[in-house]
Amino acid sequence: MSTKEKTWWGVAGVAIVLYALFPIAWIVSLSFKAPSALNNGNFLPGAPTWENYSLILTGGASDLFLPALRNSFGICLIATAISCLLAMFAAYAIARLDFPGKKFILGTALAVAIFPVISIVTPLFNLWRNIGLYDTWPGLIIPYLSLTLPISIWTMSAFFREIPWEMEQAAQVDGATTWQAFRKVIVPLAAPGVFTTAIIAFFIAWNDFVYGISLTSTEQARPVPAALGLFSGASQFEDPTGAIAAAAVIVTIPVIVLVLLFQRRIVAGLTNGAVKG
Amino acid sequence: MSTTTLPPTEKTQPVSAPDATTSDRAKSERKLGWLLAGPALAVMLLVTAYPIAQAVYDSLFDFRLTDPDNRSFTGLSNYGVILSDWLWWRSLLVTGFITLVTVAVELVLGFALAMVMAKALSTIRPVLRAAILIPYAVITVVSAFAWQFAFDIQTGFVNSWFGWVPGIGEDTDWFGGTWTSLLVICLAEIWKTTPFISLLLLAGLAQVPEVLQEAAKVDGASWWQRMRKVTLPNMKAAIMVALLFRTLDAFRVFDSIFIMTGGANATESVSFLAYRQTISRLEIGLGSAVSVLLFLAVVFIAMSFIKGFKVDLSQSRGEG
Repeated sequence: MSTKEKTWWGVAGVAIVLYALFPIAWIVSLSFKAPSALNNGNFLPGAPTWENYSLILTGGASDLFLPALRNSFGICLIATAISCLLAMFAAYAIARLDFPGKKFILGTALAVAIFPVISIVTPLFNLWRNIGLYDTWPGLIIPYLSLTLPISIWTMSAFFREIPWEMEQAAQVDGATTWQAFRKVIVPLAAPGVFTTAIIAFFIAWNDFVYGISLTSTEQARPVPAALGLFSGASQFEDPTGAIAAAAVIVTIPVIVLVLLFQRRIVAGLTNGAVKG
Repeated sequence: MSTTTLPPTEKTQPVSAPDATTSDRAKSERKLGWLLAGPALAVMLLVTAYPIAQAVYDSLFDFRLTDPDNRSFTGLSNYGVILSDWLWWRSLLVTGFITLVTVAVELVLGFALAMVMAKALSTIRPVLRAAILIPYAVITVVSAFAWQFAFDIQTGFVNSWFGWVPGIGEDTDWFGGTWTSLLVICLAEIWKTTPFISLLLLAGLAQVPEVLQEAAKVDGASWWQRMRKVTLPNMKAAIMVALLFRTLDAFRVFDSIFIMTGGANATESVSFLAYRQTISRLEIGLGSAVSVLLFLAVVFIAMSFIKGFKVDLSQSRGEG
């Protein structure tokens, strides 16, 4: 590649980074603006202040934000754990065993993945009210499985297909049962794939808005995106923009940390699951 | 890229056992297979098949939660009400518009991003990869707020930055009209979801055999010719999978609209209409009917992709 060409690809690379980070930089900047600076039309805050953060972490809006943060973490982690556990067994069977119905399971996962979420919400809204799951953690964890389980099955099956299964055969030759071979040999080999799948499933659960806003009514179970969507300021005279920006930054930190630490794996997981020709 | 592109080989096939024990082995393998995969399948069916069946049932009743005692069977009349209402057709048009615009732009932009990432030096590739994953991982609601505040007449910087563009001034109210609102909604959606498409396309690019590229170069094919005759045909599967997934995803658009406009100024999507009927107005019957129609629309799109464009998902996903 010539130097000129290299420069151009370099410029294009910088453009990509700007593209990806610009809206994030804006919301970070906004979160540091004082109420008086909110409407000045500038990108940068000028005189940065922690005011918005103290408002949502210790101040008037903390009783809205902190429970939502706890709900989001709890519900998303449990939903991720359950779907990874179920997907682990299913993906092992799909990648390894020969049984009819393999295609049916993958086809079902695909169909569930493209399912319009709102079509699930409508009937659940009524049902959850009748059986007392409305506005509870299980009331969100169960529908979250419809988001996290299909992608977990796809992603994990793709990872599991790349495992050197000969090692399992070797274990079986040495007298291990299928179950032992699975637990002692395959699980350690499969752990990276399971871990990556868990990150992707967590992203998807963390991103949910429709279920969160439809199936909760109080801080009992309401997750952060829904709380943000309904947040209208500590009092009706207060502009909630700064507080929303600060809360948005806080919920973005975990995903950015995950991306920075595991970017290579996440990309492999996303593309392995979807395009594998 | 750690994407493996090898087709499934013998090693993924079951261990071949001596003939005499084959059927026994196959039987126990089948049993174990269902034992392991069964729970996941059951959960998936429980959280989707059951609700949609319930929605179909509910849609046949005149049923609102504010007046539960007067629930009565009305057959298909809910569907009649919806299909003869301009609101439904308008939300369908809005959804279709957002889907077409975002998917078309994302495909082109995503391809450009994939090309840059493919050409980037290995030292800066991790940086690009991390950067591009950020929009993907950021919550849609957060992205919607960022874009809304940027364009907002009070808090935004767009009006003061782009004041020199004809038609944009200090008092441009982006969320005051249908088209400008839809433009900002589309921008936010494009920003958030292009990375997904570009990563799929990047994986597709990696599958284009280098030999073919070299051969075409030797034969004197121009960049454009190579792109059209070698690169694109060889990544058809990746493009189709990316298109299918993004189209269906875009068709469900809800979060950005809820945050940015709340459906005002005729920016309501089909999902938003279903939400408003069910959750805000507690019209379970009508809302269920909208949900069922949305579900049918999604099935229709998926079917036309698979039949029309011959997208073979099982093949492109390496399923034997």
